[in-house]
Amino acid sequence: MKKNSKSNLSRRKLMKSIAAVGSISAMPGFVNYSQASSSAPIRIGFQVHRTGIGAAYGRWYDRTTQAAVKIINDSGGINGRPLEIISEDDGTDPKRGAEALEKFANQHNCDVAFGTLFSHVVIGSAPRAGELKLPYFVVSEGHHVASGMLNRYTLQPGITDVKSQVQAMAPFVKDNLGKKVTMVYPDFAFGHDHRDYFSAAFESQGGEIIAKVPIPPTESSFSKYFPKIPRDTEVLYHVMVGPAVLTFVKELGEFYGSKGPKLFGFIDSVEAVDLNTPGLEFLDGSYFWEGNPRYAQDNQTVHDQFYRTAVGVDKNGASVSDPKDVSTYAHMFGCWETLHIIKKGMEVSGYSDVKDRSKLIEAVESMNNMPLSQAHPQGAKIFNGKTHQTFGHQYITKMTNGKLVLAHTTSIEDTFYPDEVDYTKQSF
Amino acid sequence: MELGPYLLFASLEGLVHAAVLSLIALGLSLVFGVMRIVNVAHGEFFMLGAIITWWVSSFVSGNPAIGFLLALLVVPIIVGMTAVLSDWLILRHLKYDPEATIIATIGILYIIQQFALMTFGPDAKPVEQPFNIRLDLYWFGFSAYKFFVIFSAIILLLAIWLVMSKTKFGLILRATQLDSETAQAFGIPISRVYNIVFGLGAAIAAVGAVLIVPIQQAHYLMGGEPLLLAFIVVIIGGLGSLKGTVAAAILIGMSDGIISVFFSPNIAKILATLLVVVVLIIKPNGLFGTTKT
Repeated sequence: MKKNSKSNLSRRKLMKSIAAVGSISAMPGFVNYSQASSSAPIRIGFQVHRTGIGAAYGRWYDRTTQAAVKIINDSGGINGRPLEIISEDDGTDPKRGAEALEKFANQHNCDVAFGTLFSHVVIGSAPRAGELKLPYFVVSEGHHVASGMLNRYTLQPGITDVKSQVQAMAPFVKDNLGKKVTMVYPDFAFGHDHRDYFSAAFESQGGEIIAKVPIPPTESSFSKYFPKIPRDTEVLYHVMVGPAVLTFVKELGEFYGSKGPKLFGFIDSVEAVDLNTPGLEFLDGSYFWEGNPRYAQDNQTVHDQFYRTAVGVDKNGASVSDPKDVSTYAHMFGCWETLHIIKKGMEVSGYSDVKDRSKLIEAVESMNNMPLSQAHPQGAKIFNGKTHQTFGHQYITKMTNGKLVLAHTTSIEDTFYPDEVDYTKQSF
Repeated sequence: MELGPYLLFASLEGLVHAAVLSLIALGLSLVFGVMRIVNVAHGEFFMLGAIITWWVSSFVSGNPAIGFLLALLVVPIIVGMTAVLSDWLILRHLKYDPEATIIATIGILYIIQQFALMTFGPDAKPVEQPFNIRLDLYWFGFSAYKFFVIFSAIILLLAIWLVMSKTKFGLILRATQLDSETAQAFGIPISRVYNIVFGLGAAIAAVGAVLIVPIQQAHYLMGGEPLLLAFIVVIIGGLGSLKGTVAAAILIGMSDGIISVFFSPNIAKILATLLVVVVLIIKPNGLFGTTKT
């Protein structure tokens, strides 16, 4: 039988609860949002890869997002209103991704959606965002935003895209590693961006791609692909994603030992992997692209220091509470920066509720220079409002004694390419 | 790579694949042969074995071989007991009706998968190889542990064959497989045999999992592909035939290895599934299956 709760509430209990509420509001850090016209929270639908092949990224995207929200809320929220994150697991699955967006728009009444990484989920979800007229801030790296494939409601202001990244890598690979490259990449949208744009950029530099080896992103063993790598390969360009990346690099080491071609990898191949795992010694001396250097470098900025501490990452890029729990440091800054951009966009546009969504998008579209700051700890960026894509510095690190040490930083201009779309011409 | 070493590498990869596959398929074949039910949850018992291997070995610090040996002892027992329990709780109440057990084992599949996800999380779990030796075969390197996997699987298959053909327990299993009603008339406790066989089938798959985890990592979604391949092997080899299962596992494993290396893993899967169709048309009882009268 259901108890009658009224009869259980004694006077003493009531006094206790009142006292508790009072003491919470008196606590330091409890921000008074009373100046705002409405103090209802801004609701951000966070499409998170909690399960499925993107789970390691999802875990760290979540931690970064929570840290950024805490920082923003502690300093007064957005227009005096606190941020609230509504998380929805998409299982790293495009169909579930689109369903998550529907829930955000129709059930949770979210102001915007945010946070997707895997490109196939972005491509599967973005059309629904357009139909729902829900601003959709992705943190994905895919070129699909700037290629014009998506719509005006989808933006990628917090992380650079693969096309700009690989274009900036090509000269470095040719000048420092070799001219004959074999590419190993995951066989879906993200990997195809690598395949198409790196080979184009590299060939225009006078280099040659002698073989392309696609691997399904759900693959669990990789040795069988390695004999496809031609013997005269000078540089092996590798980029891999999914839960089995550790197996991928281990088997690569097993196959080649110290006799293989020079290695240039996207950090994705070892993202969330402890580089001191037995069997990975062969990576020493190889180069990696990093969106943001995992190890705190000698020239570490105060902003990186602040961001690292806020998210709970140590100087080796692992969780401060568990040195074996390695972060996805090269990517997750995108969540932090995107949330700060949403905040700025809402403040500039005077955002109050869902009817102001198009004003928010216009405000973000008119952003341009994003200087290195606490809001942009990865580095300065230039946002292109027409293509909805941001451009920024890229980092190349060299594995040296078990650590990734910065070897080269590209300029933002190295990453530019001509616009392929003007989303501002599309109507809302 | 030149053709010779290429072929050598592909064959070695194929043998490793065949070794583990024959263990998984043997478990499935045993359950089908004796109990006449299709265990769709078989791949999840394999996955459970892999994840528990990680869990057990994470308790043991120091030499990874100790954790591995401990897992080799403990994991098949835990997985086997889980299967025994699910038979006792669910399948026996369905009177082993072929259609109902398919649906029930699909349910068990999801329960085990979600249990693994909720308990151990969505990440891939690496297990260190018990010994980390890289053999340099001039053209390419190959892990010595992979030879150990092939070797262990052969020993285990021989042991299972001995048990099936030389012991009283084997005789009971064979009698039940041949004609369960007559076996029961001769005093064989059929329901206990079913219970044990279901556990044994899962335990054999779990041994395969313990062997593969140091190569592949444990992940809660890893059960799907081995299930599909095990079905293919069992159908080609002939349901319930030990010899046929091993022969088909070698055929599928080797061709998967070689075709994957020379062409693409997807083509290997397509061809294996096509082979099933051909076998079903030409020899519906499988290559080694006996026609039931």
